[in-house]
Amino acid sequence: MKFGVIRFPGSCDDVDALQAAQRVGGAVLLWHADRDLQGVDAVIVPGGFSYGDYLRAGAIARFAPVMEEVAEFAREGGLVLGVCNGFQVLCEAGLLPGALLPNVSLKFVFRQVELEVTNADTPFTRACARGERLSIPVKHTTGRYYAPPDQLDWLEAEDRVLLRYASGHNPNGSLRDIAGVCNEAGNVFGLMPHPEHAVDALTGSTDGLKIFESIRADVADRGLLRVASSPAVR
Amino acid sequence: MRARVLVRPKEGILDPQGQAVERALPALGFSGVRNVHVGRLIELDVEDTSRLPEMCERLLANPLIEDYEIVDYESGGDGK
Repeated sequence: MKFGVIRFPGSCDDVDALQAAQRVGGAVLLWHADRDLQGVDAVIVPGGFSYGDYLRAGAIARFAPVMEEVAEFAREGGLVLGVCNGFQVLCEAGLLPGALLPNVSLKFVFRQVELEVTNADTPFTRACARGERLSIPVKHTTGRYYAPPDQLDWLEAEDRVLLRYASGHNPNGSLRDIAGVCNEAGNVFGLMPHPEHAVDALTGSTDGLKIFESIRADVADRGLLRVASSPAVR
Repeated sequence: MRARVLVRPKEGILDPQGQAVERALPALGFSGVRNVHVGRLIELDVEDTSRLPEMCERLLANPLIEDYEIVDYESGGDGK
């Protein structure tokens, strides 16, 4: 299993994401200007301030050469995880629904929050149980999830809200306490909290590992399926 | 053409920045101010103004959360 973590100018959580991924599998950094995903099994778009957050967070990073490859990879069913700025980039790129707006407080928030797993039947949350609470930090200024009400209804009806802030833990005014959503096909997932910062007991929680373990397990299953189905292809 | 693109938060979306400014004005003695919204102004020289709407849709604004308005800087009129 090989993760690929994208590094944009201004990324700052790329190394943490790389090291978190390396706890469950192999991982390499992918440069924003390259069009080569190096055969990775899953892509992580990390947090930070890609291209200085100029114009809008994520607005310019979506046009990076590597993002064309990520879009193609996603179209083919590859797993893509966007964290914080990565979530913003995926929304701007149209790979995820909605947008992230400035926090209602207009302040930078940096704290541990409790999340509730609202759908555990996905490649990104399968190591969790539905209703389980995860303790994972947030750190952002632009994290208020927004989508028009009819789109929110649709996301909920399709069970595409995978994580919500637990009651009293919404740090940014996200509509319906949404912390993370996936695309229609279920293979692209974005969230504002940072699972890569919750992988070692030293920093208070290892709950973030469950996201990486979920991806590893899913890729492993896909590998088995590929092997199992390959003779039938010919 | 020198153009201006005005980008503002879509109506109905909570605009805490506008609210903060609205709350600050009375403290300075400016009363009777309502519906304050804070947006962005983008100025640019463009050869082909017909491409401006596409630039706005794809990059300068995020149509899900923002409205934009293209203004002809030189004549002061609507550049569309």
